[in-house]
Amino acid sequence: MPVTRGFKRGQGSAETPRERIPPGQFVTPEFPVLTAGPTQHTPLERWSLSLQHDGRVIASWNWTQFTALPQTERAADIHCVTKWSKFDTRWRGVTFDDLMKAAGLEAQVTPYVMAHCDGGYTTNVPVADLRYGKGMIGTHFDDQPLAPAHGGPARLLVPHLYFWKSAKWIRSLEFIATNAPGFWESMGYHLYGDPWREQRYTGDP
Amino acid sequence: MTIAGEFRDWQLATVAAVRDETPSVRTIAFTLPEWSGHLAGQHVDVRLTAEDGYQAERSYSIASAAEQAAQMEITVERIANGEVSTYLTGELRVGDTLEIRGPIGGYFTWRPSTQAPLMLIAGGSGVVPLMSMLRTRDRSAMRAPAALLYSAGKRDGVIYRVELDRLAAKNDGLPVTYTLTRESPTDWQGETGRVDERMLKTHAIPAELRPVVFVCGPTLFVEAVAEHLLRLGHVESAIKTERFGPTGERS
Repeated sequence: MPVTRGFKRGQGSAETPRERIPPGQFVTPEFPVLTAGPTQHTPLERWSLSLQHDGRVIASWNWTQFTALPQTERAADIHCVTKWSKFDTRWRGVTFDDLMKAAGLEAQVTPYVMAHCDGGYTTNVPVADLRYGKGMIGTHFDDQPLAPAHGGPARLLVPHLYFWKSAKWIRSLEFIATNAPGFWESMGYHLYGDPWREQRYTGDP
Repeated sequence: MTIAGEFRDWQLATVAAVRDETPSVRTIAFTLPEWSGHLAGQHVDVRLTAEDGYQAERSYSIASAAEQAAQMEITVERIANGEVSTYLTGELRVGDTLEIRGPIGGYFTWRPSTQAPLMLIAGGSGVVPLMSMLRTRDRSAMRAPAALLYSAGKRDGVIYRVELDRLAAKNDGLPVTYTLTRESPTDWQGETGRVDERMLKTHAIPAELRPVVFVCGPTLFVEAVAEHLLRLGHVESAIKTERFGPTGERS
């Protein structure tokens, strides 16, 4: 490691437990917003979430139906590829497992999903990274309805991957047989995005 | 030209020059072992290593023109208590070395061959990637019509003021408008107040001309400007945004 002359650890980062912060990240108490375009504002009466496969809708919920599904709370540390991490974020929503159950799907349909969002954003996630409580559709942050700037009314939440995978303004999960890049993944960002292996950019091991 | 999608490893960059832009903003020029240019709007990752092995990484937008391959410049704003920005704008000297990775990013980018008019809207140090676009445009034979609307707090906080005035004075289709949000000097010729619909109607390229619009600045600034642009008829897909929060240290 080439030492940078005169650089010292800042006071704030001294308290950060190293085992809790992935390589190259720093902790912030803020909740920065990073989005490629304008914030989306879909009225709840026009909102729906669907599971799709092969151009078919397998299951679909409007807002009332969706919020009647079993609610799960979880706390998680989140890690943005732009280097900030935020500890102990608190979310509520519907787990991917409960969506599958509500759709009557026992086994996974395909090994991957592509998340589709208002505004045209997409991101790819392995189904294995969503099952067994790992992924959810988040509708509440800190007990409040999720603000539009942060992806409300509903965003995907896959906190063990870089946060661009936790797609804002999610509207459908499309089951795909072969892994394929979504929006950022086709713009130089990593296909999987594990912060602990620092998989930021295309080709990172 | 390096394009997005290639694997890029860390390399040791040497500081070739430093230049104070404002009391809290400094431009740093680097020479790198491997650098074959970038796209205007891209950023680099910077990694600093302390003697005890502690490392800190941040992302900074590239300020220099895309075609300028010999040196690569970033412009850094000092953030209160920012361990990296404080170092880069204070301690760092010519001849020092640090690690750099990039260029990175394939979306918030502009190529001089783009025929659509170029509308740039900056808040504070959000002007940095937009400056790379303007410098790239200035070196290009094809100069698409462009305009810059730049919101700063105070007059002495305007980054690149002399160079922007010089670019605007060429009269080659680049009006530059400044607006100050935290002071209103008596001899000030520009706008004052936040960027709103009236200001955009007066100074921005109208939606009918189908410009591609780049907006970069603090989160709340970008949110507000993007909403105004949509109301003025700009299409969502033509508005590219880059936001940074108070501790984001982006740009």
